[in-house]
Amino acid sequence: MEQFIFWAFAAMLVFSASMVITVRNPVHAVLFLVVAFVASSGLWLLLEAEFLAIALVLVYVGAVMVLFLFVVMMLDINVAKLREGFIRYLPVGATFAVATIVAMGLVVGSRNFGLERYAAPAREAADYNNTAELGTLLYTRFLYPFEIAGLVLLVAIIAAIALSIRGARQIKTPKPERQVEVRREERVRIVKMPAEKRT
Amino acid sequence: MSILGWLQQHVFFWMSPPWWTMTSILLQIIALVIPLMLAVAYLTFAERKIIGWMQVRMGPNRVTFFGIPWLGGWGQPIADAFKLIFKEIIIPAGANRFLFLLAPVLALGSALAAWAVIPLDATMGVTDVNAGLLYILAMTSVGVYGVIIAGWASNSKYAFLGALRSAAQIVAYEIAMGFALVSVLIAAGSLNLRDIVLRQDGGMAHWFWLPLLPMFVVYFISGVAETNRAPFDVAEGESEIVAGFHVEYSGMGFAVFFLAEYANMILIATLASVMFLGGWLSPLQGLAELWGGSTESLFATAYVGTFLGHGLHWLVFKVMFLLLLFLWFRATFPRYRYDQIMRLGWKVFIPMTIVWLIVVAVLVMAEVPPWFQRA
Repeated sequence: MEQFIFWAFAAMLVFSASMVITVRNPVHAVLFLVVAFVASSGLWLLLEAEFLAIALVLVYVGAVMVLFLFVVMMLDINVAKLREGFIRYLPVGATFAVATIVAMGLVVGSRNFGLERYAAPAREAADYNNTAELGTLLYTRFLYPFEIAGLVLLVAIIAAIALSIRGARQIKTPKPERQVEVRREERVRIVKMPAEKRT
Repeated sequence: MSILGWLQQHVFFWMSPPWWTMTSILLQIIALVIPLMLAVAYLTFAERKIIGWMQVRMGPNRVTFFGIPWLGGWGQPIADAFKLIFKEIIIPAGANRFLFLLAPVLALGSALAAWAVIPLDATMGVTDVNAGLLYILAMTSVGVYGVIIAGWASNSKYAFLGALRSAAQIVAYEIAMGFALVSVLIAAGSLNLRDIVLRQDGGMAHWFWLPLLPMFVVYFISGVAETNRAPFDVAEGESEIVAGFHVEYSGMGFAVFFLAEYANMILIATLASVMFLGGWLSPLQGLAELWGGSTESLFATAYVGTFLGHGLHWLVFKVMFLLLLFLWFRATFPRYRYDQIMRLGWKVFIPMTIVWLIVVAVLVMAEVPPWFQRA
């Protein structure tokens, strides 16, 4: 049963990951990437890493890919133009691809990451709490790296905002707080005039 | 689960254990989804009827069962469903057929999948997982894909604009909602929804709505915005973009989006009652001590005691009350302007949730009674 689920998710992952780079329509590519994320989160669930699995769906599928999809949907990409120089750049691209695959094979190949080098992880009891365990580790042993990573992210957010600000605002914009606070007396003036006699 | 045990012994005795596990899960899902779909159908009826009364109209009062006059209107949701089932599904020219049909399924699927971890009472519920709250957050954040894909696959600018509007709104309010849930998580010290309810044990004053009152309000208003309901239903702005992302959908495609919207409303109301209003816990708990034990015997009586004690019915009442608020909002508030929606989400709710997060953390660390004393 577990084997079957593993192969189903693994096949889905490989298929959708290869579709991401081969499919023509960029929106379809993004959607296949979403499927790839869901499949890999399924694989993590099978490893009983439920926190990481759900966090993957929550962060990547629920937030990052939505923004991706937003941007990609707005783009008007001319696919034919993108494919124009395919043959011309093929030798260069192929060389780099082969080099990368060889390098990856050397680093993460079976010599360093093979089954015989790692014992199968022991199954935890049913009441084992993944989240609590992870939190304890992050806030004790890995406190400094964790805090530094958080700081780097904060800097990145501020930098992103700073980059998108282009000087002082030139346009006039409504100020909702002023609009919300508007009182009747500021806008309406009732003028009393004496009635005139009809001539 | 005694019903399941009975079924295993008398009906499905010929099944081997792994098959029985799958069958029992399937049966539990069916037992959850059918009442839920009925609730959705009658929520639409309740909406039309209640808003009708609020606006001094009758609401639907024609369709009835077997010609019984006092059931006038109660057949309306069934009639609507049949009408929509038999209508033609039109797929717009140039639309992506697969994605066009997938979008409503995604919208409804995510709304229903979240129910898997919701505890219905002390023992009932499909599953009881440790990371329940995270799962809920993940499932509700997947729902936005239905909206985006529907807008894009329709190959229509109105649908696309509507999709962008509602997606931006959903993404904005999801953050405030997530933070509100994080404060619940801090208060309860657990991601398990059943544990969260059990932490609120001890009567109305012990529920989390009191220490987390701003978060409760933020959560509920964000929930209204998440489901694109009035007064946050700019996606539907009739005067500009017809009905938002699902303009191009007809028949059952539209019906599924409609179901998803109402299923999401019920989900938000249920989550709010589980996390802030004590779920299945009875609001009358603790009254016995308050009145010097004179009501204790009442809780021990046969039927009255079952009603007054904890149970699924209290969860249902709380959900119904919150759903009434949804409908009430729609009947009374004018639609928000779009920039004000964004301002409320980003500039009011998110800072508020972050401040209250710190307040809750301090309350928990100081072990403020009656909510946060360590037993």
